[in-house]
Amino acid sequence: MTWSQYLVPLLKGAQITVMISLASIVLGAIIAFVAGIARTSANPVISGIAFTYVVLFRGTPLLVQLFWFYYALPLVGVSFDPITTGIMVLSLLTGAFGAEVVRGALLAVPPQQHEAARALNFSKSYTLWHISMPQAIIEMMPAFGNLAVQNLKDTALVSLISIADLTFQAQSLRNITLDSATVYTLTLLGYFIIALCLMVIMRLIEMKLRRGAAFPRSAHS
Amino acid sequence: MTTPIIRFQDVTKRFGALTVLDDFNFDVRQGEKVTLIGPSGSGKSTVLRILMTLEPFQEGNLELAGLSYHEPQGRGEFKASEKHLHRIRSNVGMVFQSFNLFPHMSVLRNIVEAPVAVLKMKRDEAEGRAVELLRMVGLLDKKDHYPSQLSGGQQQRVAIARALAMRPRVLLFDEPTSALDPQLVGEVLGVIRGLAHEHDLTMLLVTHEMRFAREVSDRVCFFDKGRIVEQGEPERFFSNPEQPRTREFLSSVLNG
Repeated sequence: MTWSQYLVPLLKGAQITVMISLASIVLGAIIAFVAGIARTSANPVISGIAFTYVVLFRGTPLLVQLFWFYYALPLVGVSFDPITTGIMVLSLLTGAFGAEVVRGALLAVPPQQHEAARALNFSKSYTLWHISMPQAIIEMMPAFGNLAVQNLKDTALVSLISIADLTFQAQSLRNITLDSATVYTLTLLGYFIIALCLMVIMRLIEMKLRRGAAFPRSAHS
Repeated sequence: MTTPIIRFQDVTKRFGALTVLDDFNFDVRQGEKVTLIGPSGSGKSTVLRILMTLEPFQEGNLELAGLSYHEPQGRGEFKASEKHLHRIRSNVGMVFQSFNLFPHMSVLRNIVEAPVAVLKMKRDEAEGRAVELLRMVGLLDKKDHYPSQLSGGQQQRVAIARALAMRPRVLLFDEPTSALDPQLVGEVLGVIRGLAHEHDLTMLLVTHEMRFAREVSDRVCFFDKGRIVEQGEPERFFSNPEQPRTREFLSSVLNG
């Protein structure tokens, strides 16, 4: 078996990795906004629930979360297939870290902006979506870019709940060929290329947002 | 005598252990232009911030255009529902020391946004009025610029237009020229001077510009330690202050 023959299983694995990563990044981003906004709520029940979720997922290892959802949850009668479990757990983890990014960026909007909005009699939700969020979302993008890459790298762990992702395929190949050097070098390269693509995508989104909300930051007339 | 548009009755405002307004009484009649002066921390900005519902107060009664700020069954620190506060705010506008324009909106949108979203005005109509207001403050040519592309004085003039677009009965100015370079103060004062001729508009102005206060206001109030120590018609107030504390303050700002 030559290194080019390794590519077939590795590419198949990479496909699964990309699918899981993209799905959990998108879902994670949605969760991040819901939980991040909930964290800033004045209602203690809403912010409490969001806080508990964030702390739980940030404070436990991903591997144990995966095992818990995959092996423990079925014991109480709730079970999902491996891919669904993987996407779900990664989304919840990315969402927990993303919620802190959303919350931080919302809190970084100067309080004077809220006062101006209040003086103009905007409702609280209008202020959130039309005053705070457009200013905050641009500040979130670099951190979201990091989370996306982190998410991709975290997907390697789903191989341990029997998902045939890139890492899983690499392990199988190595077991057959014992050619650790070539297999793992190719695997690293594979993750790196996917990560590069992710970074480019996130950067493009950031640039689009900046243009959409175009406000030149330099002060000149 | 007609009932005043603003009436503070024994209002007490505390920040923790610090009492900022102490049994404060203050009436303003409709159309009156009142300047509030005094050392920093004397409570004059707090009066404006309470009127704008940016700050709650603990005791006493405050009415604006016949609406009491506290509701009998009102809860929370403002002792009023959000709906009630909304009704109060529909009478008041505010111009801030630091302008507080929305940086992600063009000048025109800064002015149009609230009339469309809050007053449910048609966008065309709101834009028509915004153009008029921009012409009035002399910035029509900047309507498609963003706030960061304007000087401080220009930003403040936009902020005044933005507040006026909501057609407030009471307009509050919280040190509107304090953040400006000296050469930009004049253009902002010019706009405010123009508004001082609007008969029905009630204006409360916190400022350190004594000459301007003397020129535009019907009444000057000197604040110290959460109370009005002395007030009066500007000619008399500036030429012949009665209280020693007022004389001391005036000589320090006029000669300092």
